[in-house]
Amino acid sequence: MAVNLFYFLVFPGLLFAGVVGAFLSWFDRKISARVQFRKGPPLLQPFYDFFKLLLVKETILPKHGSPLVFLIAPIFAVFGATMAGVFILLPLFNITTGFRGDLLVIFYLLTIPSFSYIIGALASGNPLAAVGGSREMKLIISYELTFLLVIAGVIMKCGQKFDLDSIIQTQQAGSPFIGSISGVLLFIAGIFCIQAKLALVPFDMPEAEAEITEGIFIEYSGAAYAMIKLTKYIMFFILPAFLIALLMNGFKLEGIGILWAVLKVLAVVLALTLIKNTNPRIKIKQAISFFLIWMNLLVVIALVLIAFGY
Amino acid sequence: MGFKNYCFKKSLWVFHFGGASCNNCDIEILDCLTPRHDLERFGILLVGSIRHADVLLVNGSINMHDKERLIEVYNQAPKPILVIAIGACGCTGGFFTESYTFAGPVDKIIPVDAYVPGCPPKPEAIIAGIVKLLNK
Repeated sequence: MAVNLFYFLVFPGLLFAGVVGAFLSWFDRKISARVQFRKGPPLLQPFYDFFKLLLVKETILPKHGSPLVFLIAPIFAVFGATMAGVFILLPLFNITTGFRGDLLVIFYLLTIPSFSYIIGALASGNPLAAVGGSREMKLIISYELTFLLVIAGVIMKCGQKFDLDSIIQTQQAGSPFIGSISGVLLFIAGIFCIQAKLALVPFDMPEAEAEITEGIFIEYSGAAYAMIKLTKYIMFFILPAFLIALLMNGFKLEGIGILWAVLKVLAVVLALTLIKNTNPRIKIKQAISFFLIWMNLLVVIALVLIAFGY
Repeated sequence: MGFKNYCFKKSLWVFHFGGASCNNCDIEILDCLTPRHDLERFGILLVGSIRHADVLLVNGSINMHDKERLIEVYNQAPKPILVIAIGACGCTGGFFTESYTFAGPVDKIIPVDAYVPGCPPKPEAIIAGIVKLLNK
């Protein structure tokens, strides 16, 4: 029990994932700044933002809405992200817990933050938040199938094994899955799914600042918004880590392997940031057809290639 | 208290309220966020929702229509919030002072923490104003 709580609260869970995710979000902002020829924020900026929201600012409750649901939603979001983080990071750091079949659990836990955002947005009673919530819902519908197919492709590639442990071990015994044609196709589809899951720029219609002024988060302030920031930091670390576990060999935590692990995370985040900085926001209709037609086509081609052994 | 104050000063999120402005001040405010002046170095971000804001920038002359909206925006903001009046119109009313639609300079409507005069003030002046406010 104490060990499980330690897993959840300290090491691969809340504290560790939150701190690493905060540094990654600084990395994202710094790279964005460098792309635009700016200097960018200082290293500890995500922590200043988080503690300012948590400790200094007032939390305002909606008058025409449900304050209880409005406040519980961010806590659920943090919980879902942390649970998913624990299940993703335990196999990556080579800690065996004896829990099998975790891929599907991870898949469901990763959607909890998005659903909590929708529930919180609808509970706030703000029309712009409702627009953001409906957009987020459509976005989930469009990318979820692609994401599931990517996971299915990885399961097919490693011989019908459903747990992250054996997927990582299969890759470390042989070669990483990204070294084949089908692996590259799965990686491309996976990167775009992560982009949509994190609501980064080509797919940031739920929180479009210019049209619907932050959309789903419009009514959040103070500590509740700090919880949402924390969820975003955690997701910013665990989703690239999940992709690395699925396709890029996982982490080997000995000697030079630690450096490689850090570089892999930074490379995936860099890819996400560069996509974010070189694309405009697309409409929700375009996002749906992008995922449901083109990305699904890409993944189906990859699945056929896997079936023929490429 | 020191830690809280430090975090607050290091991460100011700005919400921009434009009154009946001639747009010069708006352009100068946006200039602060461009690569040349880059206010994100100090953790200053422009946010879209007043609920996330720590600083309310008000520019332009405030007329009868703007007055109610300014009061509503100020009441919707989570406290503590700093208010900065930008430009001659925001500080005193400028040459709109004797206009029949003029509803008083910003500090007659909501409490103001800092004034940045000028018509329009340079981006350097706006940055200097924010720095003086933070060192107060």
